[in-house]
Amino acid sequence: MDLLPTIWFILIAVLWLGYLFLEGFDLGVGMLLKGFSRDEKERRVLLNTIGPVWDGNEVWLLTAGGATFAAFPMWYASLFSALYLPLTLALLALILRAVAIEYRGKGHTEAWRNGWTWCLAGGSALAAFCVGAMLALTTTGLPLNENGDNIGGAFAWVNIYAIIGGLGVVGFCLLHGLLFISLKTDGEVRFRARALAAKLAPVFLLPLVAWVIIVQFMHGGLIGWGLIVVAAVLAVVMWLQIRKDAEKSAFFAQALFLAVGVTAVFLAIYPKVLPSTVDDAFSLTVSNASSSGYTLTVMLIVAIVFVPIVLAYQIWSYSVFAKRLKTEHIPPAHQVPVAIRSHHQ
Amino acid sequence: MDPVLIGRWQFGITTVYHFWMVPLTLGLGLLVAILQTMYHRTGNEMWLRATKFWGKLYLINFIMGVATGIVQEFQFGMAWSEYSRFVGDVFGAPLAMEALIAFFLESTFLGLWIFGWGRLNRKVHLGVLWAAVIGSWISAYFIIVANSWMQHPVGVEIIDGRPQMVDVGAVLMNNTAWAAYTHTLAGSVAVGGAFLLGIAWYHLWRRRVDGIDTIDEKTGKVIVGSAPEVPGRDEKDHTVWYKSLRIGAWAAVIAFVFVAITGDIQAKLMYEQQPMKMASAEGACHDGHEFSVLTIGNLASNQCDDVTPVIEIPGLLSFLANGDFDTEVPGVNTLIPEYQEKYGTTLPEGEMYGAYSGQEVDYQPLMIVTYWGFRLMIGFGVLGAAAAVYALIVTRKGTVPRSKFLSRLALWGIAAPFIANSAGWVFTEMGRQPFVVAPNPDPSGVDGVFLYTAAAISPSVSAAEMLFSLIALTLIYGVLMVFELKLIMVYSRGGVVSAMPEIDRANYKPTVDKSDDDVLSFAY
Repeated sequence: MDLLPTIWFILIAVLWLGYLFLEGFDLGVGMLLKGFSRDEKERRVLLNTIGPVWDGNEVWLLTAGGATFAAFPMWYASLFSALYLPLTLALLALILRAVAIEYRGKGHTEAWRNGWTWCLAGGSALAAFCVGAMLALTTTGLPLNENGDNIGGAFAWVNIYAIIGGLGVVGFCLLHGLLFISLKTDGEVRFRARALAAKLAPVFLLPLVAWVIIVQFMHGGLIGWGLIVVAAVLAVVMWLQIRKDAEKSAFFAQALFLAVGVTAVFLAIYPKVLPSTVDDAFSLTVSNASSSGYTLTVMLIVAIVFVPIVLAYQIWSYSVFAKRLKTEHIPPAHQVPVAIRSHHQ
Repeated sequence: MDPVLIGRWQFGITTVYHFWMVPLTLGLGLLVAILQTMYHRTGNEMWLRATKFWGKLYLINFIMGVATGIVQEFQFGMAWSEYSRFVGDVFGAPLAMEALIAFFLESTFLGLWIFGWGRLNRKVHLGVLWAAVIGSWISAYFIIVANSWMQHPVGVEIIDGRPQMVDVGAVLMNNTAWAAYTHTLAGSVAVGGAFLLGIAWYHLWRRRVDGIDTIDEKTGKVIVGSAPEVPGRDEKDHTVWYKSLRIGAWAAVIAFVFVAITGDIQAKLMYEQQPMKMASAEGACHDGHEFSVLTIGNLASNQCDDVTPVIEIPGLLSFLANGDFDTEVPGVNTLIPEYQEKYGTTLPEGEMYGAYSGQEVDYQPLMIVTYWGFRLMIGFGVLGAAAAVYALIVTRKGTVPRSKFLSRLALWGIAAPFIANSAGWVFTEMGRQPFVVAPNPDPSGVDGVFLYTAAAISPSVSAAEMLFSLIALTLIYGVLMVFELKLIMVYSRGGVVSAMPEIDRANYKPTVDKSDDDVLSFAY
């Protein structure tokens, strides 16, 4: 009888997977604008690798949020209200980052560009951290009462799991961003991204792997441990591939690693969606947090029809912008004139 | 500190702000798509220039709508968790549909449009813009379906104390939703039209003041000139602005007709579904059929006996509410006892009501807001439409008058439909109080489905947390508004060249390096 909620649990996991896989490199590239890129041309190359696609990628987050609201309103309400402060920070970060992408190139002073670069890099890092903390906490639990309300106060979310999960997603995004850059650019930037990924891959993935293993210890079973072994093998394959300069297979292995890792986490906590650390009886599960069968059925039909369509046109958009970018492709910055005669005499 | 009040301020500020960007996105998006379609059909470069110029302003505004829209998706759960739990079964569905059906379409195809110049073939490139614009129009539909369910709950049954969706068709075809949706879209096209009108007027005026365009004294017709030393100020430039002005003004006028028709439908639904909102829009204590043009007294006291209508139009209120001239529209004094009898005189006792538990319910919305919100909406809407009609008449000989005052007025006039839009939303949302989900006496609403705003807030979120987010969001929104306006002004002043550096042939160097075949035609 829990078939429909279970299907929706899987769909929500798929949405989060899509989000981490797609916006993962957007956030990574955003962070890499500070520290990695060496000059303005390089920063613009990086920004333009994600330019046409970042907004479509971010919709995966909105869809994950909206689908959670529709399919598991109790999960949505408890999680989002318990994480009021970190989600406020995530929103501020996402707002600044989005505006920075569009506005950065539209001003021509050093201060303007630099300010927006900071918004992009800082906003990407903060958003990645907060999303990671949220995902970690929904698997490790929050102090919820019988109504599903957080009784631990405004800072109940500050714990070691949130930090590990937050760093896990930040690290993953950084590595994912480097792999993406090595795949989407050419010239010096490409080689530097590849070299850095090859050097630091295990460091970047360490906190994420730690989170997956912690969740296994808390809730997992035999299959979960099997999946973790598979994920670990895939991570090693990814590392070996990028060390051999095989960018495509490294990126592919990274994608599979993420898919298996996310599966392991969601499988481990099932049928819970948000454990209560106060009393296990207060934990939210796929059955007590879900919408009615009617709503789940309606939404399932909508998802079955539209998810494939979305995937099809998003894949098409990636194919349109498949070409590698070089600094030589970036047009010079354009100073906006003032169309008034006296200014030109 | 009262978390409900802070939460309401936050929702109000973030939503009204978001809805400054959205109508421009909806309206200007449609107009840019029409301009590019004209380019595609005629091949005339003038249309390309118009598409690129208005498209640039569209994008500067679009991103702010995207950025502030994320907040909307999250803050139901963050600040209004009891609301989310109560309505989740029916309210989450349109939000999820909006993301899945509309947001993906809009964002993916807009990315293709921005970067697709010269890369996609012309027909496909036009198609992706239409897809993006249609995506934004669909998103408006779903969010208004969600909002209209709060105004007029349909398609549900109360099971275990919560509304459960039993008829998704009823939710999607909610008459309140279709009236509000068409009203909102028409209002958005008016915003887009006024935007074209104001900025195009400025450029035509600039060309006259700069001595580029002159008037033939005998015929009164315009003699179009050019100023080679000003980038982009050639003869074609005149047509770009003139066509933009005419299209904008026509769009605003036509939109206004639809605004009036759909607004009338909405008023009649409101009379059936939320009579208290109608009564407080009038500041009317007693039953009657006069529409108040001016009411004096202390509206702010919210005591309807403190106010006196001084100018009234007999029969107009009845016409707005019921299409005739003698229906007695119930006043606040008639309605309050009815509401008290149906829904009680005090809020229920219980934890979810917090400090409001057991308090007496004031069923009357804030009259000063509803009365003036209603009139500002209508007033600025009419003003904008009248200005657009005037613009059509006065510019029919090919350019605008040389009056600085009129050119300033045209620019400031851009604000009129924005104010009308905001006022309308503030009116309809505040007019629903003290309910977040309004009970409907009308048989088409589902009996017993309602929720007090006081019961909707997140119990676990403190007033201090709410205050922090309210201040942080308001500050950031304020700063970003300055940047958006600054960019819109800089790019507007620059004229077409600001979006098309290549037409400034003297100063434009197309490529820096010929080693590769294609430099991006657009890059961030």
